[in-house]
Amino acid sequence: MAEIRYIDAINQAHHEEFARDDRVLVMGEDVGRKGGVFGATMGLYEKFGPERVIDTPLAESSIAGVAIGMAANGLFPIAEFQFADFIHPAFNQIVSEAARMRYRSNNAFGCPVVFRAPWGGSHGTALYHSQSIEAFYAHVPGMKVVAPYTPYDAKGLLKAAVRDPDPVLFLEHKRMYRTVRGEVPEGDFTVPIGPATVRREGTDLSIFAYGWMLHESLGAAETAAKEGVSAEVVDLRTLKPLDTETILNSVRKTNRALIVYEDNEFCGYGAEVAALIAEEAFADLDAPVIRLAAPDVPGIPFAKPLEEWFFIDQEKILEAIRRLAAH
Amino acid sequence: MAVRETRAKAPARHEVLGLTDQDVLDMYYYVALARAVDDRMWVLQRAGKAMFVISGPGHEGCQVGAMWPMDKKRDWFVPFYRSIAACLVKGMSARDILLGLFARAEDPSSGGRQMPGHYGHPRVKILSTSSPVGTQYPHAVGIAYASKLRKTGEITMVAIGEGGTSQGDWHESLNFAAVHKCPVIFVVENNAYAISVPLKLQMAVDSVATRAAGYGMPGVSVDGSDVLACYEASKTAYARAKRGDGPTLIEFKVERLGSHSSDDQQDRYRSKEEIEASKKRDPLLTFRFYLESVRLLTEETRKDIEGRIKRELDEATDYADASPPPDPETAARYVYWEPD
Repeated sequence: MAEIRYIDAINQAHHEEFARDDRVLVMGEDVGRKGGVFGATMGLYEKFGPERVIDTPLAESSIAGVAIGMAANGLFPIAEFQFADFIHPAFNQIVSEAARMRYRSNNAFGCPVVFRAPWGGSHGTALYHSQSIEAFYAHVPGMKVVAPYTPYDAKGLLKAAVRDPDPVLFLEHKRMYRTVRGEVPEGDFTVPIGPATVRREGTDLSIFAYGWMLHESLGAAETAAKEGVSAEVVDLRTLKPLDTETILNSVRKTNRALIVYEDNEFCGYGAEVAALIAEEAFADLDAPVIRLAAPDVPGIPFAKPLEEWFFIDQEKILEAIRRLAAH
Repeated sequence: MAVRETRAKAPARHEVLGLTDQDVLDMYYYVALARAVDDRMWVLQRAGKAMFVISGPGHEGCQVGAMWPMDKKRDWFVPFYRSIAACLVKGMSARDILLGLFARAEDPSSGGRQMPGHYGHPRVKILSTSSPVGTQYPHAVGIAYASKLRKTGEITMVAIGEGGTSQGDWHESLNFAAVHKCPVIFVVENNAYAISVPLKLQMAVDSVATRAAGYGMPGVSVDGSDVLACYEASKTAYARAKRGDGPTLIEFKVERLGSHSSDDQQDRYRSKEEIEASKKRDPLLTFRFYLESVRLLTEETRKDIEGRIKRELDEATDYADASPPPDPETAARYVYWEPD
C-alpha cells in the first residue's frame, strides 16, 4: 500500500469523488489553474474543466452562499476557503443558512455542502493564517465538523463529507499537509463521520486531541512511556457529532483526562469535552480534568520567540502529563 | 387608405405585450388576491389570532408582473418577506400562506417553525428563506449556476427590498452571476424605506438599477405601480436569461402602503401627507383603472372576482385556523437528515 502525504490524500478524494459523480464540484479562490494555494485541488481543472472547478471572485460569503444554492438545486459543492481565518465573512451563510436550512424548512430542503478550510498554526503563519475555528461551528446544531489526522482519515472522511446530506465543515490542519504521511489504499472507501478512535492504548491517563495537537500528543506520549507513564491518546476526528462513548470508555479505564487543543482556552472546544467528562464520568476520575490550550491572546504572533511562546509542543504536553500523572 | 388606418382599432397595451384579455384579468385576480390575503392577515393579527404579520401592500403589482413570464413548474423563485403576490403566482395558495401565519403543522414553508412571512415551498420550487436580509441572493445565483451546469433550462428569480442592496451578499451575488452569466433575474422592490430608514440614507444614487453597470449587466428601473411595465421588464430579462446572456437587475419603484410589520408604526417617521400621497400609486387601483379603460373590467366582473377571492379566503382562513399546531414531540426532528 502506498504511503502518501496528507495533502495527496485530500487531492485523491477530490479526484475520485469528481469521477464518481458529475454533480460534485469545487469552488474557491485559486482552486482552478493554480490547483489551490496548498495544492489540494491540483489537476482537477485540467481533468474536469472550469465549470466544475470554479475560480471564484475573492468574496467568501458568496462562496458559501452560492454553494448553498447549488446544493438546493441538485449539486454537491465543495467550497474551499483559502485559510480558515478568511471564513469569517461566510459565518452568516454557514450558520444562518446552511446549518438551518433543513430544520427551518421542516425537511423540505437540505444543504449537502462541504466547507473545506486549512486551519491551525504553522511556522510564520501569524494572526491571520493560523486560526482555529472549530468551536464557532461545532456550537451550531445542523453542522457537522471533522478534523482528520491521518491521510487515511483525510481521504475517507472527505469522501464521506461529500456524500453526506448535511453541511460539513472539513478542517485540514495546514501543518500536516506535507509532514504527515500514511498508508492510504487506492480506490473507494469512506470513514464514517462520528466515531473517534484510539490512536495509542494506555492505562494511566487519557489524552484527547485532534489535528496537529494529536501529532504532538502522540510524540509526548512516546516520551512519557519512557518515564513510566502510560498515556492513551484518543483522536476525536469528528468534533460534531462528538463520540461521547469512546471518550467516556477511555476515561473510565484510565481515570485521568487531559484535553489538548490549539485554539485559545476560553470557551474552546476542549471545554465541551471537559464538561462531558465531569458530568458523565465524575466518579471515575482520580484527578481534575486538565485542559492544555493556547494562551488567551488574539492570535499567534509572528516573531519567532513570540510564536514559540504560543505554540503547544511536545514539551508542554509532557509537562501536563507529568502534572496529571502526579495526582 | 390613410382614413381607413386611423379608423383601425389600436391594440391595447397588454395586447402589444403579447398578453391576452384573460391573462390580464388573471393578473388582476392575483393582485387582488394578494391584497385580500394581506388585509386578512392584519385583521387576524389585530384580533389576536396571529402573533405577527409582515406583508407587502403596494408591492403586489410588480410581483405579479415580474412573476408572470416565469414557468410556474420549472423555474425557481427565492423570495423575501414581502413576496406574497409572487408566491401566489408561483403556485402557493392562500391556504398555504395562512397556515404559515397560524404556525400550523401543515405550513408548507416551515411546519410552523419560522415566523410568518418566511416563505418556501419545495413543490413549486420556492426556496426556504431566513430573516437575515440579503442572504437569499447568493442562493439564487447558486441555483441558477446549477441550472446552467445541469442544462435544465430553469430560470431563477430572487427578490429583495432596497435596504437589502446595502449588504455585501447582494453585491457579491451580482458580481458572481455576471461573471458566470447565470440565468437569474435580480428583483429589487424599492419602497424607499428600510423599516424607518429612508432611501437617501440607504444609498447615494437615485436608482438601484444604475449599479448594474458596475457589474456588467443591464439594469432597469420600472414604475412598480404599473403592472404591465413590470411584466415587460421581466419578460425582457427572462428572454435574456433564456438566451444564455446572463442576469438582469430590475428595480421596481413601489410604495409601502402600510407599516413595515405589525410591530411598527410608520406614522412615527412618515408624514400624513406622504402616506396619503402614496395611495395614489396603489397597484390594485392603477391596474383596475387600466382594465376599466380597456373595458375588460366592469363593476360586475370586478365583483365576481372579489366574491371568488372572498370565498377562497374564507375557506383558507377556516381551514388554517382549524388546522392543528405542530406537536412538540417533533421539535427536535430534522436538525440533520433522517432516514425514512
